[in-house]
Amino acid sequence: MKELSLNILDIAMNSVKAGAKNVSLILNESENEFSFSVTDDGCGMTEEFLKRVTDPFCTTRTTRKVGMGIPFLKLIAEQTGGHISITSRAESEYPDSHGTTTTAYFNKNHIDCLPLGDIVSTVFTLIQGSPNIDFEFKHIFEGRGEVSLSTKALREVLGDVGLDCPEVALWIKEYLEEQYSEVKKYKI
Amino acid sequence: MKSLAELAAIREKMQDKVIIRENHGNLRIVVGMATCGITAGARPVLNAFVEGITKEGLTEKATVVQTGCIGLCQYEPVVEIYNGDEKVTYVKVTAEKVGRIIEEHIKNGKVVTEYTIGAETK
Repeated sequence: MKELSLNILDIAMNSVKAGAKNVSLILNESENEFSFSVTDDGCGMTEEFLKRVTDPFCTTRTTRKVGMGIPFLKLIAEQTGGHISITSRAESEYPDSHGTTTTAYFNKNHIDCLPLGDIVSTVFTLIQGSPNIDFEFKHIFEGRGEVSLSTKALREVLGDVGLDCPEVALWIKEYLEEQYSEVKKYKI
Repeated sequence: MKSLAELAAIREKMQDKVIIRENHGNLRIVVGMATCGITAGARPVLNAFVEGITKEGLTEKATVVQTGCIGLCQYEPVVEIYNGDEKVTYVKVTAEKVGRIIEEHIKNGKVVTEYTIGAETK
C-alpha cells in the first residue's frame, strides 16, 4: 500500500467485519509525529488471538490462509522508527464492554514514512460501505485546528435518508475537503 | 462553506425518491474491498463508480455496494455487476476504465468484454 490512508481503510474494515456499531478514527499530527487509532465496539479478540495477530498466517478470512493487514501496518510503522499497539476485549469474556483499539505511531519526517494520501476517500468509502455504522472521524493538527465529522450528527438531519445515498455520500466528501483546505490555510 | 442546511435540502429532495429506489436499482455494482482489493487500487475505483453514477443520473438504475475478498486476489480490483441472476466480472479495474463501464454497460447494457475476466485469462 502506497498511502497511510489505505492502511487506515484496511484496519477500519476489520472493525466493520467485527460487527461494530460505532467506529472512531482519530488522527493526530504534530510537527514530527503522526499517529492514528481505530476504536470499535465490535466482537473483539481473545488474548490468545491477539498474541498471534501480527503473524501473517493468522487470519479470519476464509478464502485463503494469510492475512496481511496487521503485518503491513506493523511494517510501515516500524520502518519509520514507530510502532503499533492493539488492545482488545472479546465479546465472549466481556459481554458489556468489548471492542478493539488499534493505534499506529509514525515518525513523520523519516524518509520511509508513507504519505497520508487521500484520507477523505477513505472516510467516504467507509461510510458508503457501512451506512448503518456510526463513524466518528477526527484529524487533529496540533496547534492548527482539526477536521471532524460525526455520522450521528448527520443522521439527525437526514432522518430516514441513508448515508449511502450517493448524493449524501458526495456531500460528505466535499464537506471534509472544505475543512481540510481551511486547516491548510493556517500552516505554521 | 458546506452547511448542514444543504444536507437538509438533499433530504427533502431524496425522500420522494427513496421508495422508487427500493423497487428499481436492478443493477448491483459490487466492488471487492478486502486487503487485496485495497492494495490493488479498489478505493479509487469505488469512488469513481459512486461519482460517475451520481453525475450521470443513474442512481435509480444502479447501486454501488462493497464486499470482502472473493478469492480472485491476483485479478484485483475486481468488480462484479449483477443484473438479477446474471453476473459480469470485471478484473484489474482502474478509475479510468470505470467511465467506459458506466457508459456502455450501465447506461446501454453492453458488456465491455475486453475488461472481463474471460478476456484476461485467455
